[in-house]
Amino acid sequence: MSLDNKEVSQIAYLSRLQVEESSLESITADLNNILNLVEQLSELDTDSVEPMAHPIKMTQRLREDVVTETDQSESFQSIAPKTGKFHYLVPTVIE
Amino acid sequence: MEFHELTLKELQKGLSNKEFSSVELTSHFIKRVQNSELNAFITITDDLALVQAKKADSIIASGKMNDLTGIPYAHKDIFCTLGVKTSAGSKILDPFISPYDATVSEKLNDSNAVMLGKANMDELAMGSGNENSFYGPVKNPWNISKVPGGSSGGSAAAVAAKLTPFSTGTDTGGSIRQPASLCGITGLKPTYGRVSRYGMIAYASSLDQAGPMTQTAEDAAIVLKTIAGFDERDSTSADKTVPDYEKSLNNSLEGLKIGIPKEYFSEGLDDGVKQKILDAIKEFESLGATVKEVSLPHAKFAIPAYYIIAPCECSSNLSRLDGVRYGYRCESPKDLSDLYIRSRSEGFGDEVKRRIMIGSFALSAGYYDAYYLKALKSRRLISNDFQEVFKEVDVIMGPVSPTIAWDIGSKKDPVSNYLSDIYTLSVNLAGLPAMSIPAGISDNMPVGLHIIGNYWTEERLLNIAHQFQIQTDWHKKSPKGID
Repeated sequence: MSLDNKEVSQIAYLSRLQVEESSLESITADLNNILNLVEQLSELDTDSVEPMAHPIKMTQRLREDVVTETDQSESFQSIAPKTGKFHYLVPTVIE
Repeated sequence: MEFHELTLKELQKGLSNKEFSSVELTSHFIKRVQNSELNAFITITDDLALVQAKKADSIIASGKMNDLTGIPYAHKDIFCTLGVKTSAGSKILDPFISPYDATVSEKLNDSNAVMLGKANMDELAMGSGNENSFYGPVKNPWNISKVPGGSSGGSAAAVAAKLTPFSTGTDTGGSIRQPASLCGITGLKPTYGRVSRYGMIAYASSLDQAGPMTQTAEDAAIVLKTIAGFDERDSTSADKTVPDYEKSLNNSLEGLKIGIPKEYFSEGLDDGVKQKILDAIKEFESLGATVKEVSLPHAKFAIPAYYIIAPCECSSNLSRLDGVRYGYRCESPKDLSDLYIRSRSEGFGDEVKRRIMIGSFALSAGYYDAYYLKALKSRRLISNDFQEVFKEVDVIMGPVSPTIAWDIGSKKDPVSNYLSDIYTLSVNLAGLPAMSIPAGISDNMPVGLHIIGNYWTEERLLNIAHQFQIQTDWHKKSPKGID
């Protein structure tokens, strides 16, 4: 598997990142080096292996469905880049 | 004897016997931190530290002190600290003053430990040399032209330079053990789920785990006892009793079975490092242990598996850093998409961007099975290797890092950095506990011995490390000019 510049630009967009035209070449090379490294896994026969997403065998705990958090909107909003009353401000989405 | 020459355990005794106060102790360490040129701290919280020290002194006077009351520490800047900047070494979080405490921070506050400041680290915990920090590289106190290791590089350098009696660290692929090894200190990565991840800025959630970084195993036992334990705010936290790790430190090592994986001593391992590790293992034989060669046949696949799984998890975790609710926002965004893209592009460093892109790619339609699912299956094989070996032996020993610390700026391409993580990554993939302890000096730089145990055996690992430290004095060696 090898990525070209166009594919890297598309991956960057999906990641909401911008790649400068001038560094596209070197980023593509870096990503391809990493993909070459991880390609090693194809040597392994994993057909009958169960995937392991989590290291410890545990089941998700359940708890009473009650409110445990207090309202901290003021303190949370105080560190936001831009806020209005009870909401976060971003550029207009719908004209 | 000056304060910084004492271990945490010795400082604890001194405070309890009222030989000195926490304010005296804290003032001494603040001065050392302020005079240091290692760049080990992102934020120095000197005023807060003195307030906490005064409070600790009044608690000590009332006879209610516990393990860490009045003891100064450096807190890795990945742990949220109420009212204090929590940047995780990233420009995107440079404006972030945390509105809450991580569970680890809360536990340290509850025990009235004294926070000297927030330790420098690789951006969002991604790196092995602490060169990826927005705040600049940390210098290794043994040789300031060399890296301290990463990502907990500031935490490790601060303990090695005796700027603090202990530090906190986190370990996703070796980030406690490798800097501990490269700086000649003791570091413990506990079993996944032992220490709460609540409020610890997530990199790869199925791998991240917090632990202590100290001068000695005895000190690590004391710190772990305080920070470990069940937390209902972390859904992966284990509901298991925390043992008193200090109690078993003096158990005998008679009959201990040590496994030496042949894969950990093959090509790529520096000869000087190898010799020190073999010498250390001999020391254990004199303590009554038996040594046996074992095999972890999938060991080399830890690098490719990790460098798929961790980027996948990080690409998902870091989508929350978007310039909307907290952190850095670009100037005059023209629309919402521009706001996201420019805030993230200006806020993240190169290594973080690379890992996000690899993760986005490996999780995308058409590639998920070939990359992410394949890596999860390989992870199972790597983990099974350990369980096979633990049928025959109690612990596994080997090197932490294939080399001593390298020169700052000498590793330019990402892949050569990734290869240095060969011995540490598999432990995180399996979720096992492991330590690095000082085991010798090669080329004037420290070498760390890796001790890997089965799940929930921190008590035994600390016991093994402590017995080694009674027998040897590698953990007492300091960099030149530090005494």
